[in-house]
Amino acid sequence: MADVLKRIPVREQDAKERATNFEEVCYGYNKEEAMEEAARCLNCKNAKCIEGCPVSINIPGFISQVKEGNIEEAYKVIGESSALPAICGRVCPQESQCECKCIRGIKGDPVSIGKLERFVADYALENDIKPVKAEKTNGHKVAVIGSGPSGLTCAGDLAKLGYEVTVFEALHELGGVLVYGIPEFRLPKHKVVKKEIEKVKELGVKFETNVVIGKSTTIDQLMEEEDFEAVFIGSGAGLPMFMGIPGETANGVFSANEYLTRSNLMKAFDDSYDTPIVAGKKVAVVGGGNVAMDAARTALRLGAEVHIVYRRSEAELPARVEEVHHAKEEGVIFDLLTNPKEILVDDNGWVKGMKVIKMELGEPDASGRRRPVEVPGSEYEIELDTVIMSLGTSPNPLIASTTKGLETNRRKCIVAEEENGQTSKAAVFAGGDAVTGAATVILAMGAGKAGAKGIHELLSK
Amino acid sequence: MYKILKAEKLADKIYLMDVEAPRVAKHCEPGQFVIVKMDEKGERIPLTICDYDREAGTITIVFQEIGASTMKMSKMIAGDYFRDFIGPLGRPSDFVEEDLETLKNKKMLFVAGGVGAAPVYPQVKWLKEHGVEVDVIVGSKTKDMLILEKKMNEVAGNYYPCTDDGTYGHAGMVTTKIEKLVEEGNKYDVCIAIGPMIMMKFTCLLTKKLEIPTIVSMNPIMVDGTGMCGACRVIVGGEVKFACVDGPEFDGHLVDFDNAMKRQQMYRTEEGRAILKVQEGDTHHGGCGNCGGDN
Repeated sequence: MADVLKRIPVREQDAKERATNFEEVCYGYNKEEAMEEAARCLNCKNAKCIEGCPVSINIPGFISQVKEGNIEEAYKVIGESSALPAICGRVCPQESQCECKCIRGIKGDPVSIGKLERFVADYALENDIKPVKAEKTNGHKVAVIGSGPSGLTCAGDLAKLGYEVTVFEALHELGGVLVYGIPEFRLPKHKVVKKEIEKVKELGVKFETNVVIGKSTTIDQLMEEEDFEAVFIGSGAGLPMFMGIPGETANGVFSANEYLTRSNLMKAFDDSYDTPIVAGKKVAVVGGGNVAMDAARTALRLGAEVHIVYRRSEAELPARVEEVHHAKEEGVIFDLLTNPKEILVDDNGWVKGMKVIKMELGEPDASGRRRPVEVPGSEYEIELDTVIMSLGTSPNPLIASTTKGLETNRRKCIVAEEENGQTSKAAVFAGGDAVTGAATVILAMGAGKAGAKGIHELLSK
Repeated sequence: MYKILKAEKLADKIYLMDVEAPRVAKHCEPGQFVIVKMDEKGERIPLTICDYDREAGTITIVFQEIGASTMKMSKMIAGDYFRDFIGPLGRPSDFVEEDLETLKNKKMLFVAGGVGAAPVYPQVKWLKEHGVEVDVIVGSKTKDMLILEKKMNEVAGNYYPCTDDGTYGHAGMVTTKIEKLVEEGNKYDVCIAIGPMIMMKFTCLLTKKLEIPTIVSMNPIMVDGTGMCGACRVIVGGEVKFACVDGPEFDGHLVDFDNAMKRQQMYRTEEGRAILKVQEGDTHHGGCGNCGGDN
C-alpha cells in the first residue's frame, strides 16, 4: 500500500530531453494513477478546497466519481462550474488555490486536484464527451469581446442558458493568452486548446476572428446596428511594459509578448511556418513571473543559454513554484537580486550586453514585500545578444477610448462590479484582466461566469 | 476567408489587389492599414490601404515584392482567398478630424516614394472629395516603376512625377523637386511624406531646414498590429511609441530614423534564407552562405 501522505507522482518528460523540444512536459495521470490519487481524498463534509477554487468546483464531488472510475460523471460535475477544465487543470496555480486548503496538506502532500481535473478533462476530450447544450434559443443576442478565458467562459455559460452568443476576436486564432502566451510545452494548442474551444462551439456559440473592437467596429455600433442587447468585454491586459532604460529599442530586445506570440501563435519555432524568430545565443529574460518563465524556457528550447534577471530573491518570484522548478531542471540560470540599468548596443544596433546592478532587500513596502534597493558601486556588465522584457502588461486602452460612457481607473482598467461584471455603461459588462489587470486564467473564468450571471439577470427580467 | 476580387501587376514587383472585407471597408479612413495572413502557415504582414469602396465592401491593397511572403502573395490571383485580413488598424491621418475650413486654407504638399504612392492616394482622394486641392510629388526609380499615375493625377491639384534616371517628369530625387518648388515661391504649411525610410529621412532633413512641418508614415516590423507586442516601436521625440497604435503617422522631425532603419534590418538573414527557399524550392541545398542547406 502506498504512503497516503504522499501524492501519486505524475509522469514527466525527462528534463534533458524536453529542453530541446516543444512537447508537453507533464504527461498527466493515467486512469489507474488517477483512481489511486483520488482515493487519498477524505471527502470532507465542509470541504475547504472548494473555497480555494475561484469558480467553486465541487471538488470532492468529482474526485469521488474518479475514485469509482466514473470519469464521465466526474466530467459532468466539473462542467457545472468550469468550461475549460483541461486548461485550468494545467495552468492554475493550485498551490495557492484549491490545493493549499486541502486537509491532506497539513501532514503530507495535498491531493493533486489540478492533475485529477486535467485527467478527467483530457479523458472527455479523447472520448469526445459532449457538453450539455440548451434545448432552444431564447432569442436574445449577446456579444462577447475577446476569446480568452473570461470571454470563452461567459459565452459558454450564456449559450447553455439559450442565448445567441457571438464572440469577436482581434487575432486570427481563438483563445487569447491560451494560444499566444502560454507555450505549447505547458498547454498543447491542437490537442487541448482547440478541442476545448470546439466544445464551446458545440454549445452554439458563434465566433468571428480578425475583428478589432474599436477599429473594425465599436461596441456602440454592435448594439445600435447589429442588435446585440448586451456586451461582455473580456479583452484582457495585453499591452506590454518596458523599463525605459537606455538601449531598449536596440535589435535583439523583445517584449515577452512579442517573443511568445512569434513562437506560440505564429509557430516561429517550426521551420515550416513563415514567421521568423531570432533565437539568440545568450539570452536574458528580465522579470520573475510566469510569463518570464515561459519566455526563458522557450528561448532555451530554441538553443540559447538563458538567464532570468530578477530584482528580488527566490522567495519573491511571482511565478508558479512548479514552473520555477521546471525551468531550473531544464538549465535556466537564475541571476537573482539583480536589476538592469542599461542595455549595451553595438555599432550595428544590436544588443551586445547589459549593465546590471546588485540589489538587496530592504524594509517591507506597502504590499508587504521587502523592497529591493541598489547596492552602491555593485554595477557590472554581462555579455548578451538577446534581452526579453517580461515586466507585466496592462489593458489596451482601445476599447475604453472608443466606447461612450465606459469608465476606467487610473491603471486603465475597466471599472466593473465584482459580483456581476456591470460597468458604468448600461448593458455592458466586463471581466478578467481587462478589469483586474494581469491575473490568472481561473480568475478570468470566474469573472466570465459572473458576467454571464449579470447579463442573464438583466435580459431575463 | 477574404476573397480577392481583382489582382493586377502595376509595375515590376508591384501588385494591386481588391479584397472583399466589408467590416474593414465600412470603418477605414485614410492613413490606416491592414494586416494580411495568406494561409495557415503564413506570417502577418502589414499593408497600407490604397483605396476602399464602402458600398461594395472592398479594400484595395498595393504591395511590393520584397521578401518570401510578398513573393508568394504576388502569385495569388482573382478568386483566391486570404485566410486573414485584419483592420482597419492604426490612427487615421490627423486631417480627417480637422475643421474643413481650416484645412481649405492650408497649403499641403504630399511626397510619395515608390510604392508609397499607394498610401498617399487615399489621403489625396479624401481631401479632393472634401474640396481641398493639394500638390503631390511622386518619385520612382524609372518611368516603368511609376504607379497609380492616372488615378493620382485625377485627384491631385498639381501633380509632379519624378524619376531618378530622368526617364520621365522631373529628373532627380523627390527632395530636389521639393527644393525647386519652394525656390519657385511655393509656400507649404505642411508636408506629408510616405515611402522608404531613407526617403522619409532625407525629406525630413530638408523640410526641417525649410521649416515645413512634416508628417511621415512609419513602416517598421509588425506582428499583431494591435499594440500587444511592441515589435513596431519607434523613437519619437525621445519617447518610445508603438507605430501600430500610436501611429503609423508621426511628426517626421521628431522621428529617430537611424534607429528605425536598424530595426528594419533585424531579420535580414532570416528573410534572405526564406527568399531562397521560395525561389529555389527543393533545389535549394545551401550556397546562400547562411543556412548550410535546407535540412
